[in-house]
Amino acid sequence: MDNSRRKFLKLAGVSAIAGIAAPAAFNSLLKGEAFASGGGSGHGEDKAPTGKRYGFVVDVQKFAADKDLAQRCINACHTTHNVPDFGKDNKKDEIKWIWTETFGHAFPDHSQYKKNTQLVDLPIMTFCNHCDNPPCVRACPTKATFKNADGMVLMDFHRCIGCRFCMAACPYGARSFNWRNPAVKNEDGSYKYIRRPNLDFPTRMRGVVEKCNMCAERLAEGKQPACVDACRPTDGIIFGDLNDPNSEVSKVLREKFTIQRKPALGTKPSIFYII
Amino acid sequence: MIEKALSGNRLYWTWLAILLAIMGVGGLCYVQQFNYGLGITGMSRDVSWGLYISQFTFLVGVAAGGVMLVLPYYLHNYKVFGRITILGEFMAVAAVSMCLMFILADLGQPMRALNVLLHPTPNSILFWDMIVLNVYLFLNIVGGWVILNAEKKEVPPPKWVKALIYISIPWAISIHTVTAFLYCGLPGRHYWLTAILAPRFLASAFAAGPALLVICALILRRYTAFDAGKEAINKLVTIITYAAILNFFFVGLELFVGYYSNIPGHMHTLDYLFFGHEDGGVLYDNLVGPMRFSMFIGMAATIALLFPKMRDSYCKIGWLCGAIFLSLWIDKGLGLVLGGFVPSPLDYYVEYYPTAIELGITAAVWATGAFILTVLYKVAISVKLTKEA
Ligand code: SF4
Ligand code: SF4
Repeated sequence: MDNSRRKFLKLAGVSAIAGIAAPAAFNSLLKGEAFASGGGSGHGEDKAPTGKRYGFVVDVQKFAADKDLAQRCINACHTTHNVPDFGKDNKKDEIKWIWTETFGHAFPDHSQYKKNTQLVDLPIMTFCNHCDNPPCVRACPTKATFKNADGMVLMDFHRCIGCRFCMAACPYGARSFNWRNPAVKNEDGSYKYIRRPNLDFPTRMRGVVEKCNMCAERLAEGKQPACVDACRPTDGIIFGDLNDPNSEVSKVLREKFTIQRKPALGTKPSIFYII
Repeated sequence: MIEKALSGNRLYWTWLAILLAIMGVGGLCYVQQFNYGLGITGMSRDVSWGLYISQFTFLVGVAAGGVMLVLPYYLHNYKVFGRITILGEFMAVAAVSMCLMFILADLGQPMRALNVLLHPTPNSILFWDMIVLNVYLFLNIVGGWVILNAEKKEVPPPKWVKALIYISIPWAISIHTVTAFLYCGLPGRHYWLTAILAPRFLASAFAAGPALLVICALILRRYTAFDAGKEAINKLVTIITYAAILNFFFVGLELFVGYYSNIPGHMHTLDYLFFGHEDGGVLYDNLVGPMRFSMFIGMAATIALLFPKMRDSYCKIGWLCGAIFLSLWIDKGLGLVLGGFVPSPLDYYVEYYPTAIELGITAAVWATGAFILTVLYKVAISVKLTKEA
């Protein structure tokens, strides 16, 4: 083949690929799902992502029935992950992966008017929603926050530069920042702010963001997330693959009426609440 | 050429010494922050950006404001700005340097700052902001320096520099647009989630940047032999006036949309900023005073500038420009960033007060900017004056 012809074919090939790929690339850049099917039903319309998508169902009534349940979940999560406790009166430096909110704060754009009194005082478990379309991932300039193939939104603590752009971006207040060193030690070598350290999980350094990691390290061992285990024997929190029709979460979601937090923002949270 | 900065009168050296002292104190503050972490500031889980990022945001505007000289001079051949265009370019250099310092001061892990370049992330606006700011810095340093050098040697500037200058015009717009995108693309932050944020940023930038420039020009006129010229100052004041009018018009649009739509999320921050919010017997209103003051002096000074009588002395012009600058600094350097965090997305009201350390570092960055500006202006003016003499 002579040189110019080879060149031409190469060029043709490249431009053909570019021609085919460009609109698709452009579309995916713009929206991610430019070809979402019609038959829409308002802002809540959703197209299921393919592959695995892990998610939670939180049964608020179970937490109403057992007043200590919420605290047990929080303790389980926070001890598993060495989340430091700086004391009740230090709200400023607070770090939390899972915590309780009142209905009004967890669902601020739902009407609070004439809600029944029981609901208003109920503790609602809140944690990172592992959004399917996570604004925190979009914002992060270093890929320190990323979404993996199973739909979990994870963090690489060693890459985070501490710009806190992700905190501004998360509409659920799910992220905490290490304003100070969380792993300060006492003279006897024990941690000052971590009461029962878990040696199988790292502590963090100051200056990085952290949040619920869906217990990625436990899932890798075939276990359930710590909060889910802590809820037993009740089914206060159920965990599983939302895309697997036979999973327990899917079953519950088919049967019960559930709501998500701030669905209108298009983040597609993976936590569903049975009210 | 830089040697021109090494000779100066007593006043020049005293001024630099004062700035160095502030930088020294701020440097010590930074050592403290570096050792303890950002917990030493007043920022919190709810208000996770404070003075550093708000100053950064404001100063991007000051940097972009320089284009109000470059554009008429190079694009429309408006000769009157010839003498002071370099001042605009060097102001941009100082302002962008301050922006970068503020970002660095705000990082939890400053040693990892290069991760932004090591792991380029095109979906993050912060990545793009980094790029546009650094390129703008480069454009202004090179452009300003080469043209000044040519002027000194009394030869025409090389052709390629013209290209840089032309690029720098849309680039100035881009730095502030991209900075606005940092904010206005975030879900759940109603105060920032508005398409008019970028235009609002630009309008306030085109008022604040030139206002600072006028003040600098008046100071130079008083303490050095350099005179920007009455016509140039007057033109700048006209630009400032119209940009400020646009800015306040845009603020008005925000108020209308917020209150007429009656959507709670859109009203909450406006309520908090201008009237305060009461919750459980506690009044959250630490920005109400500054914000009202800002609106009042800003609008009053803008209206005043519309009257020729108020422009007939340099003294009046200086004060009015100062008022506009202060007003916009409060509005953008405080209200805009903090307002985005209060109330929080979970509807909590947590107020922010900077700590002494934080104020020290902030002052030091401003002092460093002033230092850079002084040295660059010294060089520029020395060249111009020797040439004219
Ligand atoms: S809840 Fe917040 S932190 Fe979690 S994935 Fe969604 S946006 Fe990110
Ligand atoms: S603070 Fe860390 S995780 Fe968050 S956006 Fe910045 S680099 Fe990413």
